[in-house]
Amino acid sequence: MTTTFKGGVHPAEMKELTSEKPFEFLPLPEQICLPLSQHAGKQALLLKKKGDAVRKGEMIAEPDGFISAPIHSPVTGKINKTTSIITLTGIRSEAVIINRSDIDEDDLMEPLNPVTVAREKIIERVKQAGIVGQGGAAFPTYVKLSPPPDKKIDYVILNACECEPYLTRDYRFLIEKTEEVITGLKLILKAAGVLYGIIGVEDNKPEAIKKLENVLRNEENISLKVLKTKYPQGAEKMLIKAVTGREVPPGKLPFDVGCIIHNVGTAVSIYNAVVKGEPQINAFLTVSGLGIVEPKNLIVPVGTPLKNIIDYCGGIKENAKKIVAGGPMMGFAQFDLNSPVTKATSGILVLTGKEAPGIKESNCLNCGRCLSVCPLDLAPTRLYKFSRFDKFEEAIDIGLQTCMECGTCTYNCPAGIPLVQWIRYGKRKSSALLKQKTN
Amino acid sequence: MSNSANQTVNVISGLELSSSPHVHSKFTTQQVMWLVNLSLLPALISAAVFFGLYQLVVIGVSCAAAVLSEIVVKIIRKSEITIYDGSAFLTGLLLGLIIPPNFSLTSAAIGSAFAIIIGKELFGGLGFNIFNPALVGRAFLQAAYPVAMTTWSKPNFAVDTVTSATPLAAFKFDKMITGIEPLIIGNVGGSIGETSALAIIIGGVFLIGIKIVNWRIPLSMILGLILFGSIFWFIDPIKYPNPLFHLFSGGFLLGAFFMATDWVTSPYTSAGMWIYGLLISLIIVVIRLFGGLPEGVMYGILIMNAFVPLINRLTHPKIFGEAK
Ligand code: SF4
Ligand code: SF4
Repeated sequence: MTTTFKGGVHPAEMKELTSEKPFEFLPLPEQICLPLSQHAGKQALLLKKKGDAVRKGEMIAEPDGFISAPIHSPVTGKINKTTSIITLTGIRSEAVIINRSDIDEDDLMEPLNPVTVAREKIIERVKQAGIVGQGGAAFPTYVKLSPPPDKKIDYVILNACECEPYLTRDYRFLIEKTEEVITGLKLILKAAGVLYGIIGVEDNKPEAIKKLENVLRNEENISLKVLKTKYPQGAEKMLIKAVTGREVPPGKLPFDVGCIIHNVGTAVSIYNAVVKGEPQINAFLTVSGLGIVEPKNLIVPVGTPLKNIIDYCGGIKENAKKIVAGGPMMGFAQFDLNSPVTKATSGILVLTGKEAPGIKESNCLNCGRCLSVCPLDLAPTRLYKFSRFDKFEEAIDIGLQTCMECGTCTYNCPAGIPLVQWIRYGKRKSSALLKQKTN
Repeated sequence: MSNSANQTVNVISGLELSSSPHVHSKFTTQQVMWLVNLSLLPALISAAVFFGLYQLVVIGVSCAAAVLSEIVVKIIRKSEITIYDGSAFLTGLLLGLIIPPNFSLTSAAIGSAFAIIIGKELFGGLGFNIFNPALVGRAFLQAAYPVAMTTWSKPNFAVDTVTSATPLAAFKFDKMITGIEPLIIGNVGGSIGETSALAIIIGGVFLIGIKIVNWRIPLSMILGLILFGSIFWFIDPIKYPNPLFHLFSGGFLLGAFFMATDWVTSPYTSAGMWIYGLLISLIIVVIRLFGGLPEGVMYGILIMNAFVPLINRLTHPKIFGEAK
């Protein structure tokens, strides 16, 4: 039996484009562009200057504050210059341009034994390795490994839903790196001092489920939960609901209902950091869409420009309409092929007009299709109307700040109203308002 | 190398930059409206079979008048012509199906224009209207042409016992009950497209199947009608008709599947749909049994249309995770 949450939608999956394509290494680019803001929180502080030599794995920027992460050089070479860029998620960031040299020298950390390593050592290592969550928000992972002592945590849930269409990178992890995933989860359990681990997978991945079942046969503390395939099954609140039946109240965190959630990719990064001593210098991503010549799953150095990736995949087809970083439901449209991949990039999609039609907007029909699919039981049409007409107080009253911006409502609106776009606008405006009030 | 770089730059300049989500479900307003129009095809066929091909002319005129009035209003208002969305056509089609057979073409056109101009555009157009436009048109015709609106034709394959009066009127005024079988097939007196339960159910089930119509509204109306009808039938089976007669006669099913379910004028919360459907049926039963008119579907729906905003507000579900 599969379990799930109420609401949600089921867009065309499009996973078949890449699901059988094993990870390939992208040939190292000549030049990379490393943003200093690759995580939630403050951007990292650069430790190097123009002309300095750097080695692969060397820390070149240190965290600034609690919610920040260090940045390491993914290649060996020389710092060419620093510059200012817009990242794939639309944030302004300082960036370092590194020219790669042919010397193959690295500066990795000392490998640790995953069975005997101490709890504190794991947390420290995750922090040093600059690991950030790969689900989307790019929250520094070590923070989530040390829950507040007053919260009793029952489960670590590994998010292997991969509910965004097109993306198959988590699926490839489950198939190709099953051991790494499980060991990574065990390291998380140990670090957080939690007894039980649950892996949540959508039922559209039978191969991966079979593989996991085999490996987990001898594991007492880790179980597999098969979930119904629908979007946004991978959203934290929805995943917790489907796996444990618990509901995270508005404004609360998974901690508050005894859960910690990590992405499969994060587990692999933790494995790499502990067992191989490798900081997070590579991004694992799916390159897909009907607008790219050859869809692939790739391992690319963080900081690689989109252009290198797209060229390696045979280039863009003539009917390409949009380039998106991330999935089609929550990803960001791109305009500059020089933009670099970051630690949290999960996919690059080249979509054609057929895939991303762009619906002409008409009047709200009061049809309720947005309400019936909103996983959080909000009233998207009302949130949208209040936001559009700048009635932020009213919007806040009916749950504006609770919206997780999953876009399910917009996807389902027959009138083509950009609901979540207006709600985002409302959230931005009103959080500024809320701040003003408290000051 | 430089060549391919140039190419990429060219491609990228043509890219679209709108924000997520980048994909969309296949339902758009336009597709939905035309699918609803399509689902009325069985009712259209039943109209031609039971009352003759002339009814198609009446319906055609009604549709044309609706579309033309919308065009005229939009031109006067200098706003975009939206007739391709199929909603004006749908209003004309529905109105054509709920007037008596052999209706005058001029009156049909006037009713249809009224439906669009007063019932829809006066409120601001599609989405802003409070009442179902086709029913507004019918209410107008009822007031303007009371005699024509109650002049019924005998169906084509009438056996001797079938009168031209509608089954509901025959019961109300003469205590004559019509058999269930002709009611289901549609070989009885009544509005052009409302007599064949079978044709209406085929279209209605299609709309429920493709998730355009929410099953809660027709189901709550049907259950409500059976419930309230049964209560009176148990009290006095001679004086009050049985619930199945209620269900299959008059415009009930057409109302339940195609009028009360109109997106714009019905509730969008699940609980709201139940309340709305049950109350419509209560009004229908009360009017049919105690009012001066034999039929009450139109009033049941129009009255409840007015309460939709209130019902929506009162029945909004709790936000996920809030204490229940
Ligand atoms: S974007 Fe917000 S309002 Fe829309 S479906 Fe998601 S949570 Fe609900
Ligand atoms: S889905 Fe679109 S048209 Fe329907 S109620 Fe929501 S906003 Fe209005």
